[in-house]
Amino acid sequence: MRQFLTNGKVRVGLVILGGFLLLALVGPWLVSSVLGTDPHRIDYDALGVGPGADHLLGTTSSGQDVLAQLLTGCRGSVEVGLLSGVLAVGVAALIGVTGGFLGGRTDQLLTAVTNIFATLPSLPLMLIVAGYMTRVDSVVIALLIGLFEWPVCARYLRAQTLSLRGRDFVQALRMVGESRWRMVLVEIMPHLSGVLSSLFLRAVVTGVFAEAGLRFLGIGGGDSVTWGTMIAFAQQQDGVLRGMWWWFVPPGLFIALLGTATALVNFGLDEIGNPVLRHSGRAAIRRARAHLAARRDRTNTVEVTS
Amino acid sequence: MAATRAAPVPAPTPRGKSRGPRTGSHAGWTFLLRRLGFYLVTAWAAITLNFLIPRFMPGDPAVALLKNLQQTTGAAPNTAAVRAVRMFYGDPTRNLLQQYLDYWNNLAHFDFGLSVSHYPTPVSGIVLDALPWTVLLAGTTTVIGWLLGTLLGAFVGWKPGGRADSLLTPITAFLYSLPPFWLALLAVYVFGFTLGWFPISGGYDPDVPFQLNNLWFLLSVLRYGALPAFTLIFIGINGWMFAMRNVMAGTVSEDYVLLAHAKGLRPRRVMLRYAARNALLPNVSGLALALGSIFGGVVFAEIVFTYPGLGYVLFQAVSSHDYPLMQTIFLLITLGVLAANLIADSTYVLLDPRTREER
Repeated sequence: MRQFLTNGKVRVGLVILGGFLLLALVGPWLVSSVLGTDPHRIDYDALGVGPGADHLLGTTSSGQDVLAQLLTGCRGSVEVGLLSGVLAVGVAALIGVTGGFLGGRTDQLLTAVTNIFATLPSLPLMLIVAGYMTRVDSVVIALLIGLFEWPVCARYLRAQTLSLRGRDFVQALRMVGESRWRMVLVEIMPHLSGVLSSLFLRAVVTGVFAEAGLRFLGIGGGDSVTWGTMIAFAQQQDGVLRGMWWWFVPPGLFIALLGTATALVNFGLDEIGNPVLRHSGRAAIRRARAHLAARRDRTNTVEVTS
Repeated sequence: MAATRAAPVPAPTPRGKSRGPRTGSHAGWTFLLRRLGFYLVTAWAAITLNFLIPRFMPGDPAVALLKNLQQTTGAAPNTAAVRAVRMFYGDPTRNLLQQYLDYWNNLAHFDFGLSVSHYPTPVSGIVLDALPWTVLLAGTTTVIGWLLGTLLGAFVGWKPGGRADSLLTPITAFLYSLPPFWLALLAVYVFGFTLGWFPISGGYDPDVPFQLNNLWFLLSVLRYGALPAFTLIFIGINGWMFAMRNVMAGTVSEDYVLLAHAKGLRPRRVMLRYAARNALLPNVSGLALALGSIFGGVVFAEIVFTYPGLGYVLFQAVSSHDYPLMQTIFLLITLGVLAANLIADSTYVLLDPRTREER
C-alpha cells in the first residue's frame, strides 16, 4: 500500500481521478453558483460564438454555454461509467469466481460462455440492441455497456481465483471442513480486492468511453448532458465543417485525461506487481555476463587440470 | 473448452524433449481443431442471437418496419412486402422453432430480406457494395498499425525505464486514451478543414468514373482514404506499442536473452532475434482478441469521414430503423471477426513451436 501511494505515476493518476470525482459531485453546483447559469440556459445574444469573456468556452449553436455543459457533463459521464462498471464487475465476479472456484463442468461451461461473449464484437451488438429500443436513456446505455463488458473482467477473476484455490490456506480450510460460501466470501474475496479494484477502475473508464461512443452513433435522446452527448451534438450540427472546435475539443480532452489517469494508476500497479517493468535489464545482464565468464574460466581450468 | 483462449504469456514449459507426458506429436492440429470448434459454436451463438434479438425486444419490429415502409414509399405496403417482412421477422402465428428453421433456411439461401430505407433493394446488394471499402480500410490499417506499433514497442521495451521508455510511455498512454471518434473529428478539423490537405468525406472523387482499371480512380481512392487510414493507424499503433512494450520489458531479462548477450552477439540482433521474437507471441494472439474492437474504430472512422463502408451503412441503418440491413451487417461483421480470429490463431500455431508438431 505504501509502495502504491509513493509511486509517482499512481499519485498523478489518483490526483486526476480524484479531481474528476469531485467535479462529478460538485459540477452542477459549481455551474449554478459560480458561473451563475445552467447547461440548458439559452443566451439568444450569443448563438454559436467562440470562447470569450462572456462564455469562456463559447456557446453551442443554440446558445448554451459550453463550459457549463462540460462541468455538468462530468456527472452524467461518470454516472454511466460507475453504473456500467458495477454491473460489469459484478457479473464478472459472479461468473469468474464461481467458475474458478468450483472448477470441473461448471467452470468449463462458464468459461465457454465467457469466451463466446468476449469474442462477439460488442459495439455492433450494442448498436443492434439499442436500435430496437424505443427509449434509450442513460441508465439503459449503462446497462447495455455493462452487459457487454463483463467477459474481459470475468477472465481475469477466474484466473486469479484458480490460482488462489490451489494455495495452502484454502487447502487447509477445505481440510477443516469450511463451507464453500464462507471460503469464497471471507477468504478468497479479500485476496481478490486488488484485482477487483483495478478492474473496476478500468471498467468505469471503459464505460465512459463506450457511452461517448454510443452517443456519437446517435443512440439515446438528449435526456442528460454528458461529454458524449456534447461530442455527438458537435457531429450532428456539423461543428467540424463550421470550424466550431470548442464544441468537441474540450469534452474529448476531458475523456482522454480520465483515460490517461487510469492508465497511470494501472501502470503503477503493474510496476509494483512486476518490478521487471521498472528496472532496466542492464544490471541483470552484467551479472549474467560475469557469471558466465566465471563459469567459462572454471571449466577451462578443469579441462587443463584433467 | 477450458483454457481454450491461447494463454497470453507463454507457459514456462520446457522446450526440449521433456520426459513428462507428451502433448502428442499433433499438438498444433489439436489446438487448431479445438479453436475451430469454439469458433463454430460462437458463430452459431451469434446467428441465434441475431434471430432472437428482434423477437424478444419490446414492441413488434415487423409492425414498426411496415409503418416505416409506408412512410418511405408513401403507400400502404403491398402483400409481397408484408410477406417479405414476415419472412424476415417470422410470422407470429408460427411457433418459434418453425421460425428458427425458416430463418436458417433463408440464411442458407443468402436471403437477407429487403432494405427498408432503400426499399425494395435487397439487403445483400447494399452490403456487398459496402464490404470492399471496409475490408480495404480495416485490413490495411490494422496490419500497418500492428507492425509499426509492435516495432516501436519492441524498441521502447528493450530498455525499460530508459529514456525512450520514460518519454514515450506516458505520451502513448495519453494518445491511447483519446476516443477514436474524437481523434477522427480532430483529424478532419486540422487536416481537412483548416489545412485543406485531404478531402474529408466519401471514398473516391465523384468526378472520376468508378472504374477499377482507371489509374485516376485508384489514385482518388488512395487520396480519399488517406485521412481515415492515418487516423486508424495512429490509434492502432498506440495500443500495440503498449502491449509489446510490457511483454518486451519482461523478456529482456530472460535467461536466453542474457545468454545471447553473453555470447557477444550484436545488441540489435539480440533485440530483434531473441527478445522481440519471443515477445511477439502475445501480440499475435492479442491481434486476434482485438479484431472485434478494431471494427469499432473502423465504424467510427467511416461515420466521421462518411466513408462508404459497412460501418457507415450500419450507422445509417440504425438511424433509419432499417432492421434487416442492420442485422445483416451485424452478422457479417461478427462472422468476419470470427474468421479473422481463426486466422490469427493459426498464425499463432505457426509461430509458437510449442503448439507445433515436434520434429
